Amino acid sequence: MLFAREGARDTLTIRGARVLDPARGLDQALDVTVEDGVVTRLEPAADAARGLVLAPAFVDPHVHLRTPGREDEETIASGTAAAAAGGYCAILAMPNTDPVVDSAAVLGALVELAREEAVVPTGFMASISKGLRGEELTEMAELAALGAAAFTDDGHPVVSAGLMRRALQYSAVAGRKLALHEEEPSLSRDGQMHEGAVSAELGLAGWPSVAESSMIERDLGLAAYEQRALHIMHISAWESVAAVRAARARGVAVTSEVTPHHLCLTDDAVRTLDTNVKMNPPLRTADDRNALVDALRDGTICCVATDHAPHARHEKDTPFEEAPFGVTGLETAFAALYTYLVEPGELPLETLLERMSAGPARAFGLPVPSIAEGEPANLVLLDLEARWRVTEDGFRSRSVNSWLLGQTLKGAVVKTVADGRVVHAV
Amino acid sequence: MADIRLAGEKDTPPRPLRRHLLGVSDLRREDVTRILGIAATLSRSLEREVKKLPALRGRLVVNLFYESSTRTLSSFDLAAKRLSADTMSLRSSGSSVEKGESLKDTAVTLAAYDPDVIVIRHPHIGAPQLVASVTGAHVVNAGDGKHQHPTQALLDLYTMQEALGRLEGLHVAVVGDVLHSRVARSLIEALSLVGARTTLVGPPTLIPRGIEAMGCETTSDIAAVAAADVIYVLRMQQERMLAGAAYVPSLREYSAFWGITPERVRQGQVVMHPGPMNRGVEIDPRVADSEAALITAQVRSGLVVRMAVLYDLLTSGPVEVPHVLEVA
Repeated sequence: MLFAREGARDTLTIRGARVLDPARGLDQALDVTVEDGVVTRLEPAADAARGLVLAPAFVDPHVHLRTPGREDEETIASGTAAAAAGGYCAILAMPNTDPVVDSAAVLGALVELAREEAVVPTGFMASISKGLRGEELTEMAELAALGAAAFTDDGHPVVSAGLMRRALQYSAVAGRKLALHEEEPSLSRDGQMHEGAVSAELGLAGWPSVAESSMIERDLGLAAYEQRALHIMHISAWESVAAVRAARARGVAVTSEVTPHHLCLTDDAVRTLDTNVKMNPPLRTADDRNALVDALRDGTICCVATDHAPHARHEKDTPFEEAPFGVTGLETAFAALYTYLVEPGELPLETLLERMSAGPARAFGLPVPSIAEGEPANLVLLDLEARWRVTEDGFRSRSVNSWLLGQTLKGAVVKTVADGRVVHAV
Repeated sequence: MADIRLAGEKDTPPRPLRRHLLGVSDLRREDVTRILGIAATLSRSLEREVKKLPALRGRLVVNLFYESSTRTLSSFDLAAKRLSADTMSLRSSGSSVEKGESLKDTAVTLAAYDPDVIVIRHPHIGAPQLVASVTGAHVVNAGDGKHQHPTQALLDLYTMQEALGRLEGLHVAVVGDVLHSRVARSLIEALSLVGARTTLVGPPTLIPRGIEAMGCETTSDIAAVAAADVIYVLRMQQERMLAGAAYVPSLREYSAFWGITPERVRQGQVVMHPGPMNRGVEIDPRVADSEAALITAQVRSGLVVRMAVLYDLLTSGPVEVPHVLEVA
């Protein structure tokens, strides 16, 4: 399901870092030796290097690589280089490209391209409906056989409940999950930001929480009825969190993800009219943000996903209402969450590391990055003491539409090892 | 030559650099007081036979209008001319905007002429901020989407003050389509700044959720206007009735329940409307043409208030100009 450039595996030793693999309960200063891409020795370290943490590398289940169609915004090469710089050893790319990844031909070409260009192992989701039109199902069984990692119409909801039900039924044949962008369009139509006091004041059309949560309730009901697993993408509202929590308690097999920007910001940020805080779903209130952090902490939400959405500069250099939705995130996710949540004590570091790695890997049936003898080396070395400033010229991504531009963050990715290869080192 | 010193000027502490008027939030209460004071001074000059003042001689004011406008564009243009500034007006039709030029590129092009002020109207929120970020000119927001229209709010305050003699403690009922109204948003903010009370009255579908946080009350009961000193009527736009965007079932029902008829205007109340009016929809013609209506006064205020805004921006900023108005 994951594809990358071929190449020799590396041999290296990382000495003296605090090795933190929360999924295995490992927290110890160790020297970690990798030979030909496989972890071969974990030995107690003579000296512990201050601030250095070695953790299982990250997995991002939600990335827009813009290829095919908008290679000016991102390519597989640039997007996976950005992923490497962000500490990722696996990413899943969204199918809302031009053309849409809805046929064996388009998916096959992407797989070939990934085998030539992808620095970090990359999986591709295919669309649920042909052309993202929400009318007919894609050939899911064939797409899965070719390597589709999951199915999603991301960017659009599946409006028809009937089609959603068929997709739940039929995706069982493909053996892949559905990942859902939840939005009731008759409620969110023309919405530019969260509907509330700030939208009322600014006069921007509101995108109400209930447009998300009502669609989630519908799909959780369908998933329960069909006894199928479901993944809810970029949850943004407390009502949605409540719906997912209740469904899990009832035994519905639902996983979900949350983005760094929804965990760090509120709709208050939109007062700046900075087009880099315009995203879909929109930033919501402090109550929503707090509910998302709580849900990530208690495991109701098991994944951090960047929803890395590169946009051309000239398309974001517009009045707020004209700008496209979306921000980049691969290169800043860890540092943003470390700075905004871990440092102030809102989220334990161990929890963050788990939700950025094992959580998303398990949700999509990908190999779980793990630090143990005999495991392939998927490692991220973090310097928790490092401070760095986010600037336009620091990105590997082809796009610079980051909400963090100009901010100083704490915590940096020093080295990334993905599938046994050093893909990033500073 | 007579010097007219502006009222209260000596007592005003040095103000921070305020280069733009993008929204009412750019103003403090004392800024409002000062601008209305300048407007009052200027209105006296307009009673003279020769109405032109030399205050902004040699300055360039560019009007950049991406939306159709009669009163705002004409009053900004005339305001600049009355103060002897050079003016240039660009509309989106018949310009390179029609050829797909971005707002940023248009703004950068205009900036090459070194305008002192760019007055911009745009259908989208945030356009004035964008122009302010890429040019060195003072930017005045003449309406951006449903967001802000600060000179309208100032001219409305000026009109209320002239008619009722005070602003503090006034009670204003704003009636109609608040959801789509930049006039309403600016006015609510401005009224709260000067210590007036605002009640929004209209169908629940046109009162934005959460707007009470701006410091106003809301109700759908038209009887609430009886308690107000001012009934401020908003324009009911025909396009709000389109299929799929039907915020009210019909204009007929809207008029019956929220239209301002003579029966709904109490003795001693004044009625305002930002124009253009839909007579017979949100306002009964008998009200619009009555003694209580300040609608023509609002247009007249628009000229002097916009003169005052231009004057204030160009003479109180970083450039050291004596705060003296020359009246020829």
